[in-house]
Amino acid sequence: MTRMSDAEIEALALSLQVALRSVIFSLPPAIAIAWLLTRRRFSGRALLDAFVHLPMVLPPVMIGYVLLLLFGVRGPIGHWLYAQFGIRLAFTTAGAALATAVMAFPLMVRSIRLALENVDRGLEQAARNLGAGAVDRFLSVTLPLMAPGILAGAVTAFVASLGEFGAVITFAGNVPGQTRTLPIALYSALQTPDGGNEAARIALISFALGLAGLFASELLARRLRRRLGR
Amino acid sequence: MLSASVRLGRKEFAIDATFEAPTPGITALFGRSGAGKTTLMHLLAGLLNPDSGAITLDGETLFDAARGKNMPAEARRLSCVFQDLRLFPHLDVQANLDYGLRRARHGPVVIRPDRVLELLELAPLLHRRCWQLSGGERQRVALGRALLAQPRLLLLDEPLSALDAPRRAEVLPYFERLRDELALPMILITHLFEDVVRLATHVVLVDSGHVLAQGDLPSLSLGPELRALLGADGSGAVIEGRVESVDAATGLARVAVGSGQLLVPGEALRPGSVVRLQLLARDLILATEAPRALSVRNQLRGTITALATDPPHNLLVHVDAGGAQLLARVTQAAADELGLHAGQPLWVLVKSVSLRGHAL
Repeated sequence: MTRMSDAEIEALALSLQVALRSVIFSLPPAIAIAWLLTRRRFSGRALLDAFVHLPMVLPPVMIGYVLLLLFGVRGPIGHWLYAQFGIRLAFTTAGAALATAVMAFPLMVRSIRLALENVDRGLEQAARNLGAGAVDRFLSVTLPLMAPGILAGAVTAFVASLGEFGAVITFAGNVPGQTRTLPIALYSALQTPDGGNEAARIALISFALGLAGLFASELLARRLRRRLGR
Repeated sequence: MLSASVRLGRKEFAIDATFEAPTPGITALFGRSGAGKTTLMHLLAGLLNPDSGAITLDGETLFDAARGKNMPAEARRLSCVFQDLRLFPHLDVQANLDYGLRRARHGPVVIRPDRVLELLELAPLLHRRCWQLSGGERQRVALGRALLAQPRLLLLDEPLSALDAPRRAEVLPYFERLRDELALPMILITHLFEDVVRLATHVVLVDSGHVLAQGDLPSLSLGPELRALLGADGSGAVIEGRVESVDAATGLARVAVGSGQLLVPGEALRPGSVVRLQLLARDLILATEAPRALSVRNQLRGTITALATDPPHNLLVHVDAGGAQLLARVTQAAADELGLHAGQPLWVLVKSVSLRGHAL
């Protein structure tokens, strides 16, 4: 195999960038929603739970379509964002990140929730007894104890984001250097006559990337768990 | 003075307890496992809210359902040492110790870190992780962490019962040092009477979420409530006396008790100190004439103050031995033969080897 072409490097870098942005932006709301679903009893909790999981059961193309309706330049939110801040999401890299974030959100919430459920409430009680208020003990006890689960969730979401196709191509399109991530580049190659060789190369890159991601996540989680003595 | 009157209705059981704990002093909440002692601790610390009642500490209201007052747990400054310790696994020993201290810095730091490190011998452990500690070490770290939070009162939930005998022997002296060197009020939750005898100045008997009786240990030891908790074989008078002298050759300490003296095994006892002795009712022998030619070294003169039946076939004899109140269990048959009656003078015999002195 020869060196990667400029277009391949571009698609790879773009994929990483989109996945990273999607994870960073969805992490805080994912933690907040996991906390709400685990620790709070309120009416509409089941509804919120179902809503968060929708991207897992709906066709990705439909998610992209809904995003287009909401965040498109003529959509209510998209119009407001453009009028107020000059931000355009549809058919941009930021839009691709938004679409992957929405798709990976349920994965992230699930693993953070699992981590939160495993946090010993007794330790939070001990922190409270030692003078820590609610926010203080969340930051100093709950969050560090959740760290391995949060990390695992973030890495899973990151790896899944690298492969997101349907929602991205629907909402963000197939703009080289802007929204043409690895899976979209793969699809484009397959659509081109004589693109079979190129498609195989991109598939191989995606494969190596996914594998590396999984190994890295396992390694990190193991190190964090060891720090917690488990 | 901590005074609490709390009620909490739960499906499984109900708490309805009113008691006081002198400050300073060590108050033992004594009762069987499952009596609701830990729930009481959570109520005092504010980790659980009573349905009704009030809790005050040295005149300050911590909780008052009637007036809608409820000081949050993080502001109460009542440090708990939980039964399962609850050391933070993501922090090392130093950071665990600092956790409460850092959050108490806005007030006066009365219990100084260097003092606690020395008292509990924690310095060698500072950079270890909690899972690298032995049971006794973990216990000491939890105790140190609670102390450094600068509490007004320390709540100890079964601090010794999770430890095996050698670890208990390792940790117990630290509690005695705390009692003696920091005049910090403590509430000790325990189901082990030995802990009560060794440490408590005030005792609250708890059963099924209720307070059976409370008071100082010598007077409680004569009552039926403690006897019900301890069972026939474990019950008897607890008396306090002053160490007159210690004979290194025989290993016996001479302890003044009431108007007499007892020889108690205890080379470690210091002359002049007050010790507490538990005289099991079943170990005492009564004699109506001055006994002679016996191996029993301890003979106290006394007078019978009361006789109580102890079903099915026994009798509990209350004896005033010059101010020390004793309790002897004899069979009804023996009592009849001796013609025991209230007001009768007699001798109480007890073997030195059945005694153990606990320095107070």
